[in-house]
Amino acid sequence: MSEVANTIFSPELAARFDKLVTIYPLKRSALVPMLLYAQDEVGYISDAVVTEIAQRIGIYELDVRNVLSYYSMLRTRPAGKYNVQVCTNISCMLRGGYELLDHCKKQLGIGHKEVTPDGLFSLEEVECIGACCWAPAAQVNYDFHDNLTPGKMDEVFAMYREGRGKDVK
Amino acid sequence: MPQLVSHPDEVRVLSRRFGQGAADIDKYIELDGYKAVQMAIEKGPAQMASWIIDTMKASGLRGRGGAGFPTGLKWSFVPKQSDKPKYVLVNGDESEPGTCKDHVIFLHDPHAVIEGTMIAGLAIGSKMGFIYLRGEYRYLLKMMEKAVADAYAKGFLGKNIFGSGIDFDIITQTGAGAYEVGEESALMESLEGKRGVPRIKPPFPAVVGLYGGPTVINNAETIAAAPHILLMGGEAYAKLGSERNGGTRLFGISGHVERPGVYELPMGYNLKKAIYDVAGGIKDGKKLKAVVPGGSSCPVLTPDEIDVGLDFDQMGKAGTMLGSGGIVVLDETVSIVEFALRTIAFYQHESCGWCIPCREGTDWIKKTLTRVHAGGGNKKDIDNVQYLAENMLGRTFCPLGDAAAMPTLGFVKKFRKEFEEYIEGKRVEHPLIAIKPMGELIGAAH
Repeated sequence: MSEVANTIFSPELAARFDKLVTIYPLKRSALVPMLLYAQDEVGYISDAVVTEIAQRIGIYELDVRNVLSYYSMLRTRPAGKYNVQVCTNISCMLRGGYELLDHCKKQLGIGHKEVTPDGLFSLEEVECIGACCWAPAAQVNYDFHDNLTPGKMDEVFAMYREGRGKDVK
Repeated sequence: MPQLVSHPDEVRVLSRRFGQGAADIDKYIELDGYKAVQMAIEKGPAQMASWIIDTMKASGLRGRGGAGFPTGLKWSFVPKQSDKPKYVLVNGDESEPGTCKDHVIFLHDPHAVIEGTMIAGLAIGSKMGFIYLRGEYRYLLKMMEKAVADAYAKGFLGKNIFGSGIDFDIITQTGAGAYEVGEESALMESLEGKRGVPRIKPPFPAVVGLYGGPTVINNAETIAAAPHILLMGGEAYAKLGSERNGGTRLFGISGHVERPGVYELPMGYNLKKAIYDVAGGIKDGKKLKAVVPGGSSCPVLTPDEIDVGLDFDQMGKAGTMLGSGGIVVLDETVSIVEFALRTIAFYQHESCGWCIPCREGTDWIKKTLTRVHAGGGNKKDIDNVQYLAENMLGRTFCPLGDAAAMPTLGFVKKFRKEFEEYIEGKRVEHPLIAIKPMGELIGAAH
């Protein structure tokens, strides 16, 4: 039974949050992880997510929104089921990051931070994801794909379309 | 999954267990894991802290995040007596473009980070450590979480570790996407559940840090080196490196080289050899144009400047920095104007907006370079970029302003001719960055 009555989260996530706010010297330290884990389940940070997280930590909703707007991985609108994040920062740029991004735009028919009509994919140009020596790289949700080429990217798309993609959570 | 690379010139200390399945706790123990922390505890309560700190000082280990501050000295700054709890904070928010070394440490040797955190805790008298990983590293966070849980299950963490009577807990934490949080004071803000804006110093974290308590903050690679140093002895570790730059470090070589990868090389190793021998030289037999030697914030080196040792002092003398050890190699086809624009676009995106010189400086440099790149620049633009960058230096709470200004100054000073050519209408034939009308880019939220 969750600490919060009428929780909007799954019983597993609610239980996880019940524990998470107890492990730190200050409850509020749980805020950033909670926002990210809530987004993983709900798909984005909805108003209801903000309300419940504020309640769980015991801070104002405004405090939550203040933090929410700072972190680039947190979003307030739904993304696709598979959020494709292509790095174009220096190491990736030198090895074809921009070509890869253009290819993704063409293949998916969408631009930066847009979602395909079927809701399956969204696309994002992102800053360095820490895969510089295996460039160009992209992440689909949390799953890394390294040493990419447009051809390999098509295989990645096919993999997710057919439900064979890893969904790291 | 990142591929492991190797080269005969490598000296494997930190990477000794890479590729051997050391993420498994039993394998880690088999490979001398958790021995160093027990060695420290066996010194007894009176000697333990001073033995660790003396060994770390003797090792000459300097902060691997990029600042190069001596680790033993940093640990010795923490007051022995404190009314507030003391903390160890491990910085795994690796976000400097060109840097992916912590990535491989978390992947191949997560227990070394845990053991190093414990050692730092014993050295400063802390009972709690935090290991903070960037949000994008979720699969690595999972591995760290499992490693921590395994260490608890064995009784290595928690109450009375190794029968010492000392309690030590570790909490793993995820970020959610912010370069700025890699700066130590912003990292503490983030861990306290706030926006990652920097704090003014002093007070330094060793005195007033996390939750107001004395805090030691170290890069994950620095922390992972600690167990190896205690095992092999400070002097032995120091000898591996160059003068005042002890040991080895993980260098990530990326960009236009034949064999990009993370290599462990002795401190002071020659940069030219690292590029041409270790990483196999320039890709497809092309010519070298420039090297960004330690992550994107380090001033660029030209081909005639790369015959230099990879340590903090020699790189400083060469007018650049060793930084995070992320060596980015550019071949002759790269447009420096594009590269400079991409670099400043990153810092403009990541500036937290707290300090005006950084917030406005990065924005105006990006706008100006966008115009130059699009062929609409005028002669004053280059001087303006230089003027803006010079006025950002040293005028911000944290080093992000410097990190944006320094590479910009390097590009503009060393490759001024190329910027002038753009202004005179000679643009590259196949631009990598889409050339757009000014209005669109200025108005666009990245």
